[in-house]
Amino acid sequence: MKTMIKMLCVLWAAVLLAGCERPPIETVQTGFRGTAMAQIYNPRTLAQQASLNQAPAASEPASAEGPKASQVFKNVQVLGDSSVAQFTQHMASITQWVAPEAGCAYCHNVQDFADDSKYTKVVARRMIQMTQRVNQDWKSHVADTGVTCYTCHRGNNIPQQVWTAPKDRKYANSLLGDLAGQNIATKEAGLTSLPFDPFTPYLKEASAIRVNGTEVMAGVGANANRASLKQTEHTYSLMVHMSESLGVNCTYCHNTRNFQAWDESRPQRVTAWYGIRMARELNNDYMTPLTDKFPASRLGPQGDVAKVNCSTCHQGAFKPLYGAPMAKNHPELLSLAKP
Amino acid sequence: MAQYQNLFTSVQPVGPVHHGVDLPRGDDKRTGEPFLVHLFGRIGNAQVGPVYLGTLGVASLLCGIAAFNIIGFNMLASVDWNPIQLIRQLFWLALEPPPPAYGLGIPPLAQGGWWLMTGFMLTASIMLWWARTYRRARQLGMGTHVAWAFAAAIWLYLVCGFFRPIMMGSWSEAVPFGIFPHLDWVSAISLRYGNLFYNPFHALSIVFLYGSVLLFAMHGATILAVGRYGGEREIEQIVDRGTASERAALFWRWTMGFNATMESIHRWAWWFAVLCPLVGGIGILLTGTVVDNWYLWAVKHHVVPAYPLASPVVLDPAILGVKP
Repeated sequence: MKTMIKMLCVLWAAVLLAGCERPPIETVQTGFRGTAMAQIYNPRTLAQQASLNQAPAASEPASAEGPKASQVFKNVQVLGDSSVAQFTQHMASITQWVAPEAGCAYCHNVQDFADDSKYTKVVARRMIQMTQRVNQDWKSHVADTGVTCYTCHRGNNIPQQVWTAPKDRKYANSLLGDLAGQNIATKEAGLTSLPFDPFTPYLKEASAIRVNGTEVMAGVGANANRASLKQTEHTYSLMVHMSESLGVNCTYCHNTRNFQAWDESRPQRVTAWYGIRMARELNNDYMTPLTDKFPASRLGPQGDVAKVNCSTCHQGAFKPLYGAPMAKNHPELLSLAKP
Repeated sequence: MAQYQNLFTSVQPVGPVHHGVDLPRGDDKRTGEPFLVHLFGRIGNAQVGPVYLGTLGVASLLCGIAAFNIIGFNMLASVDWNPIQLIRQLFWLALEPPPPAYGLGIPPLAQGGWWLMTGFMLTASIMLWWARTYRRARQLGMGTHVAWAFAAAIWLYLVCGFFRPIMMGSWSEAVPFGIFPHLDWVSAISLRYGNLFYNPFHALSIVFLYGSVLLFAMHGATILAVGRYGGEREIEQIVDRGTASERAALFWRWTMGFNATMESIHRWAWWFAVLCPLVGGIGILLTGTVVDNWYLWAVKHHVVPAYPLASPVVLDPAILGVKP
């Protein structure tokens, strides 16, 4: 009996501890002492993430000399300004980045490479434009590091971390059991019971993310801050997503004694602010218009196209691929083709 | 031979079961013959029963069962009537209050109507149970201290789920019925109103919460420590202090410089416990109705220490406009 009880106690302790993360925990101070501005890391988790976020070996930049791709090949719409050497190197790279198994035939009709009959080619062209747009005009988020197809694709036809509008539950229209967009365990909400789709309101629509007021006292009428607690939970969910995507704590950007204050925040918060706007633009200007190009099997349960969020590029790292400067060897991706 | 230990004891002394004092005229009879449960005796009194439910008890239980079932069936429906998912996700599931668009109106059943109904049933159940604690105490010739302490907790419950939502003009501000979801509500109210830690009533409430814990630990430890001198006979020692009280009092004067008495320690504990939800409720009631940003409130009243800012100072990009 005594042994049984002891064994049960040990078992119970093991069950209790099963949810804990095994030490060591390393703390890196990032702000003034006493403000609790710090990042928490576990070297084991970090090592695991690091192996998942390695950039492939850089290719030598191809020569910009020689005839333009548009003069040599037919139907070159967005890479026409590149030299033939750059163009062919880009085609080799994109195959490795996006379709290493299917090869050229993933996008091209191998009888006629200029043919646009495969939807993948039409989408890929638009994605190249998207990459160019990001590198040229969203330096506020990607700086001079830039992005390539690999930043998101990592050798997959479809980037592993994309989002679509969530599926309704089976009896969504019944009298009972309204989820109110939250209260089930999902990866999107970081396994919290917060709203599980923070993406539609903030990374597609431009709903207000800020809920804090700038006045001490509650105003009346037009001066009132009407942000509700439910709205706050949506914002919270988006922030959980950002934190999970980048593998960082709240204090990576915010001073948590006063979340809203910019002057107490770290400069990373500004980069993140632009990132939200960037993701929103990419979803509305690049992804959503492609909806009818995709076969139905590629669309989400609500018929919407796969879209980007923070984890599409970041995939657990504070900078995608830890800031490996891949784009600089691919000048064809650095600026939009002149019309 | 088994020994009686006063911290972890393996001996369970049990006396003959008792039916309690006679009830005044007009009260129902107690039902059931009292019996002993050994496992209960390990943590408290082994005796179960006799039961007295009465009108208030029955009414309270009925309302409570109604609330419990509405919550439970909504949770079950929200996982498409899958009992395994109900157990798996129980901590995540909830019955949510209506969306903000409905204000204080009556929403459709599926959009918070069930929540409103549950709120009514649960509140009725709690109030009836409060009346029961009051009346049972009176009928036993006791004071009503327990009822008033319970009322302090009910005050906080009503502030969160009833008074504040009404003052804010929206049921959506109220607390969802669910384990994690109600904790998310707690986080959200702090995030929305500029950090509740800067709410002085919240701070006071924490003082009384931790103070209660401290007092409970000190008192429990003291009484156990003088158990060998009969220190647990506290009520008698209020008027006839005896050696247990004297030793305990001297101990605290030596270690703390001051001691409570056998009587006053219980008043301390009662007030600390009661003040915890009482002041906490005031803090929540002021949040959003009077004060919109507790952090800025604390800045205004010079509570917040200033730290050196990073250089260059980070500016809000929204005031610069989107510059892709």
